[in-house]
Amino acid sequence: MSTVEIRPAPHVKGSRSVEKIMLRVVYSLLPVCAFYITQYGISALAMMLVTTVACLLTERWFITTGTQSGRLGDFSATITGLLLALTLPPGFPLWMGFVAGAISIVLGKAIFGGLGHNIFNPALVGRAFAQAAFPTAIATYTPSFLPGRFAEFIPSSLAWPLMVPPETALWLKEKQLDALAGATPLAKWKFEGVLANAQELLTSLSGHMAVGPSPLLILICGAYLAFMRYMDWRIPTAILGSAGVAAWGLFMYDPGHYPSPLFMLLSGGLILGAVYMATDMVTSPVTPRGMWIYGGMIGVLTVVIRYYSGLPEGVMYAILIGNAATPLIEQISQPKPFGKGGIGKPKRRGATYPLNPSYISREDSGAVTPTREFLKNKPKRDSGSMS
Amino acid sequence: MKLLSYFRGEVFERGVHPPSEKEATADRSIRRLPYASVFTIPLSQHIGKVPKAIVRVGEEVVRGQPIARTEDWLSVPHHAPVTGVVEAIELRPSARGPWIPSIVIRAHAGASQQDLWGQPRDLDQATPDELLQAVWDTGMVGLGGAAFPTHAKLSVPKQAKVHTLVVNGCECEPYLTCDHRVMVEEADELIIGMRYAMRITGAKRGIVGIEDNKPDAVRAVQAAIDRANEAGVPEGELFVEAVPTKYPQGSEKMLIMALFGVEIPSGTLPISMGMVVNNVGTLAALGRLLPEGRGLTERVVTVTGPGVARPGDYRVPIGTPLQFVLDYAGAPAEARQVILGGPMMGQAIASLDVPVTKGVSGVLVFRKEDMAERERLQTYPCIKCGECVESCPMGLNPSTLGMLAAKREYETMGGSYHLGECFECGCCTYVCPSNIPLVQQFRVAKQVLREKAAA
Repeated sequence: MSTVEIRPAPHVKGSRSVEKIMLRVVYSLLPVCAFYITQYGISALAMMLVTTVACLLTERWFITTGTQSGRLGDFSATITGLLLALTLPPGFPLWMGFVAGAISIVLGKAIFGGLGHNIFNPALVGRAFAQAAFPTAIATYTPSFLPGRFAEFIPSSLAWPLMVPPETALWLKEKQLDALAGATPLAKWKFEGVLANAQELLTSLSGHMAVGPSPLLILICGAYLAFMRYMDWRIPTAILGSAGVAAWGLFMYDPGHYPSPLFMLLSGGLILGAVYMATDMVTSPVTPRGMWIYGGMIGVLTVVIRYYSGLPEGVMYAILIGNAATPLIEQISQPKPFGKGGIGKPKRRGATYPLNPSYISREDSGAVTPTREFLKNKPKRDSGSMS
Repeated sequence: MKLLSYFRGEVFERGVHPPSEKEATADRSIRRLPYASVFTIPLSQHIGKVPKAIVRVGEEVVRGQPIARTEDWLSVPHHAPVTGVVEAIELRPSARGPWIPSIVIRAHAGASQQDLWGQPRDLDQATPDELLQAVWDTGMVGLGGAAFPTHAKLSVPKQAKVHTLVVNGCECEPYLTCDHRVMVEEADELIIGMRYAMRITGAKRGIVGIEDNKPDAVRAVQAAIDRANEAGVPEGELFVEAVPTKYPQGSEKMLIMALFGVEIPSGTLPISMGMVVNNVGTLAALGRLLPEGRGLTERVVTVTGPGVARPGDYRVPIGTPLQFVLDYAGAPAEARQVILGGPMMGQAIASLDVPVTKGVSGVLVFRKEDMAERERLQTYPCIKCGECVESCPMGLNPSTLGMLAAKREYETMGGSYHLGECFECGCCTYVCPSNIPLVQQFRVAKQVLREKAAA
C-alpha cells in the first residue's frame, strides 16, 4: 500500500552546516580584508585574489581527481586563501603568493585527505613554506597608507615568476620615506630596540606603520563569530591570556629588557593568529579543556619564540606546534561523563530542592546514598578506601 | 556555549534547543478516538517474559477483561481494549519490524464499550504490598515511551529507602503534548496516582517537574495540589516545579540534576539516591485505574506533524491499528514518514499495519516535502567543531566516538570513551554541521558490544 520511508532517529536536524560555518567565517573576514586593502592598496587586493585563486584551483584539482574529501562549495579553501594573504607582506611578489597558496592546499590539506583530515592549519603551512623558500621577500614590508597606493603596485609585487623581486628601498626613497619605515614594529623592537605605541598598534591607523590589519577590527570580527558560535571563544581567550601573562611576568622581571605586555599582544600577527588561525576547527582540540591547554600553550610559545629566537615573529610556529600537539592534548582532556566522579561536590547551580530537607530524616535519606563503589574510574590513590 | 547557559540559568550542562513545534496540539483538549473494528494487542510490549494469552479464539471478551497473564515480575498482564470476539491469536507485524504473537479482537459493532470489568476497591487501608499487586494487575507500564513495567519501578528493594517521588512532566521531545494535556486535564487523577506511588515507595515528598514552556500545566497541577491539601493531607508533601526548557530535560537523570543539582552516579538508578521517577501520564492513569480496579486499556497519544490535517491529543484504545488513527486524524496517503514517539528518539515505522501499544506517546507524520531539506544535506568529514561535545548531556565526546566508530574500534569506544553512558538522545546528530549520523553509529557500536559481551 502506501510507501512509508524509514530513517533512523533523530528525525529533526539543526540548521547548522559546514558551508554555513565556513561562509560566516568568510563574511567576518571581509571587513578585515577591506581594511587591509585600504592600508596597502591594489597590491594587497591583488595578493588576496592570487592566493585565493591559487587555493581554489588546487582544491578543485584535488577534488575532481577524487583524492580528497569535501567540496569546492564548502568555502574552506576560500578561508585559507584570504588568511594566507593577510599573513604575507603586501609587497610580496604575486607569483610567490600563488606558489604559497598552492602549497597550502597540497601540503597543508590534500595529502592528509582533505577537509577535516589535515593536521596543520593550511594557511600557516603555506606561510611556513614561504618563510623557508623566500626569506628575503617575506621580511620586506612596505609602509601602509602610502600616497598613490590605489594607482600603482608596490614594485616587488609584479616581479616575474622565478625572478628575484626588485628592491623596494629605492622606490621608497622616491616617496621620500626612509627604508626603515618598511620594518614591522616587531622587527624594529627586535633589531633596533624601538618600541611602538600600543594605542597606535591597536588601530593600525596612524603614520605609515608597516603592520597588518587593525587588531581592534580583528577582535570585533572575532567577537561576532564567537557570539554567533561559529568560533570557540576559549582558544583566543587562552592564547591572549597566556601570552599576556607570560609577557607581563617577563616585563615585571626586567622592564628595561622586555617590552610591555600590551606591545606584545598588539604587535605582529598575534591577534590575527589567535582569532582566526588557532581557532581553525579542524586543527584545534575538540574538548573544552583541551582548548584551554592548546591556547595556553600557543600563547606561551609565541612569547618564548619572539623573545629568545632569531625571528621577530613567533605566532606561526607556535600555532603549528599547537596543531601538532592537538591529538595528544585531546587524549588528556577528554570530558568527564555525567555521573562519574561528581559525588560529594554536587553542582548546585539553579537547583531548587535540597537533597535532605528537614522533614525527611537523615536515616531515611542517607540510607543508601552511594559511596565510592560507584566510582570505578577514580584514580588508584582512592583504592585504599574502596571496598 | 556554556557561557550563555549561565546567563539563561540552565541547570544541566549541555543539551540542545530544537524548535518545540507543540503549538498545533498544546491548546486542544484530549479527544476520544472512535473504536476501530479490529484490534491487535501484541503480547510483548515491554521487557520481561512474554505474557500468556488466557483467552481462546472465538471467545467473547468484554472491555477491561484480562486477556493475557504473566508470572514474571518484569512483565505485565494485558486487558481487552474493546468488547468483542477474539478472532485470532497469531503472529502480527510489530513496530520494530518482526512479527510477534498478538491477540486479535474484532469489536462488537453494537456494544456500548463501557468498562464492564473490574471491581472498585477501597485502597485506603491497603498495605504497600497490596497496592503494588494492584498496580501490577492494572498492567501499567511507563507511558512516557520506555514502557518499563510500573510496579517494578515502584517496588523498592529491601536495602534501599526512597524519600522522594519525582514525577516527570518535562515532555522535552518536540511535537509531543500528550503529557501536557494530561497534566492540564487530569491533574486531580495525577495527584491521586502520586499519593498511591508515595505510599508504595514510602516517599515523603513528591515533586512534579514540568518544563517552563507549559505554564498552564504548572498552574493546573499546583491548583490540584492545593485542592488535595485542603481536603486533608494524608502524609508527605507535594510540590510542582517549573524546570528550564531544554532537550533532553525529560531524561530522569537530567531532571534530577535540575531539581536537586546532583548527578546520579554512572551505572546506578535514581533509587540509589533515594528517588523514584515516574512519568505524569503513568501516574495519572494509575490514579484513575487503581480505585476502580481496572486495567490499562487506552492511553493518550499525540497525533501531529506537518502531514496531519487534524492534529491533536487522542485517547486511543490500546491495539488500535495505526492506519485507523491516521485516517481519523487526516493524514494524506502519499509517500511519507510515520514516527512512533518524538522526533528526537522516536522510531520510523515500516508499515502502517502495526497497532498502537502501551509505549506509543506520539504519532508524527511527515510529508515528502518536509523531509526534502534533510535529503539535500551533504555529509562532510568531521571538522571537529565541537558542537556535539558541547551538546552531549552525558558529557561524552561524540566527535571522537564517531571517528572511532568509522574505524570500527568498538572496544575503545566502550572502554576509554564511555560509550555505555550514551542513552541515544540524538543531540549530537541534531547539531552536527557535517551531517554525520553519530547516534546511529553509536547504536550499532552498542549492539556490537552487547553481542560481544553476551558471547
